[in-house]
Amino acid sequence: MFPKPIEKTAPPIQVLYKVALPVALVLWLLPLLGVAMTSLKPSSDLAAGNYFGPPSYLAFSNYLDVFRNSPIASYILNSFKVTIPTVIGAVALSCLSGFALAVYRFRSNLLVFFMFVAGNFVPFQILMVPVRDLTVQTGLYNTITGLALFHIAFQSGFCTLFMRNFIRGLPFELIESARVEGVSEFKIFWYIVLPLMRPALAALSVLIFTFIWNDYFWATVLTTSAETQPVTAGLYSLNGQWIAQWQLVSAGSIVAAMPPVLMFFLMQRHFIAGLTLGATKG
Amino acid sequence: MTDSAIAASAEATSVNRSYWRRNQRKLAPWLFLAPGIAMFLLYVIYPIVESMWLSFYDWDGLGAKAWIGLENYRELFDDDAFYTSLKNNILWLVLYMLAVPAGLFIALFLNQTVRGIRIYKSLFFFPFVISQVVVGLIFSWFYAPNFGLFYHLIEWLTGTGVAVLADDRYVTYGIIAAGLWPQIAYCMILYLTGLNNVSPDQIEAARLDGAKGWRMLWFVIVPQLRPATFIAVVVTVIGALRSFDLVSIMTDGGPYGSSRVLSFYMYEQALSEYGYRMGYGAAIAVVLFAIMMVFISGFIWKMVRDEQGG
Repeated sequence: MFPKPIEKTAPPIQVLYKVALPVALVLWLLPLLGVAMTSLKPSSDLAAGNYFGPPSYLAFSNYLDVFRNSPIASYILNSFKVTIPTVIGAVALSCLSGFALAVYRFRSNLLVFFMFVAGNFVPFQILMVPVRDLTVQTGLYNTITGLALFHIAFQSGFCTLFMRNFIRGLPFELIESARVEGVSEFKIFWYIVLPLMRPALAALSVLIFTFIWNDYFWATVLTTSAETQPVTAGLYSLNGQWIAQWQLVSAGSIVAAMPPVLMFFLMQRHFIAGLTLGATKG
Repeated sequence: MTDSAIAASAEATSVNRSYWRRNQRKLAPWLFLAPGIAMFLLYVIYPIVESMWLSFYDWDGLGAKAWIGLENYRELFDDDAFYTSLKNNILWLVLYMLAVPAGLFIALFLNQTVRGIRIYKSLFFFPFVISQVVVGLIFSWFYAPNFGLFYHLIEWLTGTGVAVLADDRYVTYGIIAAGLWPQIAYCMILYLTGLNNVSPDQIEAARLDGAKGWRMLWFVIVPQLRPATFIAVVVTVIGALRSFDLVSIMTDGGPYGSSRVLSFYMYEQALSEYGYRMGYGAAIAVVLFAIMMVFISGFIWKMVRDEQGG
């Protein structure tokens, strides 16, 4: 293990380390802690110039105000409506394509694979005008369906890369012996491979949930009204309305950040397994 | 239906079935791939081609398109705003790379087994989970003149506070710092996973040979972390060139366009209140795409080599 385990160092260093950990954490999260504290300050505190001290009382009413006086609840609902179908769609598509690319040898296999990989890295702006145009022409502009469809298509690039590498790591003999038994290819996929993919499904779902929830660019390009905008785009327009009301901006930010944060803490193992796939092999 | 017709049709289905049987292994991959490829072609590959084609037109997004050849590109190369954006993109790219070593050092700091370390690791990772919109708002508050924490810190150190986001000398650095926060967290988690898999035997062997500290890190640990480093570099380069959210949230490109990057400038030209210049926007996007393709081809080249090697 590197660096040297702290238990094996001199006692003063051990103490130093144990002090340094929380100090470093507080410094690292300082901007976030500041915002969390601001979100609980009554507006009178801010008006009186109390920016850094603790709130004079805990104003949970800021959170109520955010929900009562802004469409944030509907923004959040929209985010769920975009995110959940995208997770299902992109994961389903990539199970199929990842399976095809991992299990079969055919001439254009690598070509198709790297089409997905390369597409996943392109700048969004090169897609922006045509995708917006396509969405307008199909009547899906400013709808949740239009936004979700694009996300499904785009995310299938990353998801296919992920699934293909995961299936590659499964024992291939299982598939071989099923073929010898005469099991059809679809049954092999459905009854043999799919059940083994559960960890990958979980990891990918959590990751895609976070990516899509946090998407801002496509939300501003493909949706325009409060009825359809997800919370990232919504927060941007609310920020314009709440000029200088930092207690509201802070509370709104925290509300918007909550779902992926909860997802992360509940599914941490899967999340990190997904994110770091490939960081160890080789 | 006569008996012979029934027999013939039965034969036909058995021929059919055996055709499927015989070619199942050839056809199955394409059936599995069809939906994914169709969606990807429609929403990713085709738009790339169409954007390139659009960059030769003058188009407001609604009316008729007018072919103007290379005129958009000619205008672009005389456009000061384009050079500002390009310069900022390079700044992003260079400074963003700091996330890789910074992530490694935090990972080394946290790679211990003291009580509660798992919670520390997740809390350090926290910024990555939050949307960039929220990160942007958090840092706007952090930098805010007169009451932001950072403003006060600078005031306390130097005597006068700096309104980072309103000053064209510092604004891009301020936004990049905000972007580094989640990016460092991302690199850190990649390296923590990588460190888990560093071979203890090699470390022991190197210790016996008298290696320690920096030499150990550089000659023994870092080479073993190569897969993690590769991914960290890829995601950091892509992240730097894709920077859009933070610029849009924190400054909207200002003051006076000094914090624009290509992705933001493209959006501004194509879709904002300044007018719908789709063709010109497409030309900017093509330039950004060309820059990114240099990196993407490099990454793909390495991945192809790895594929064929193992």
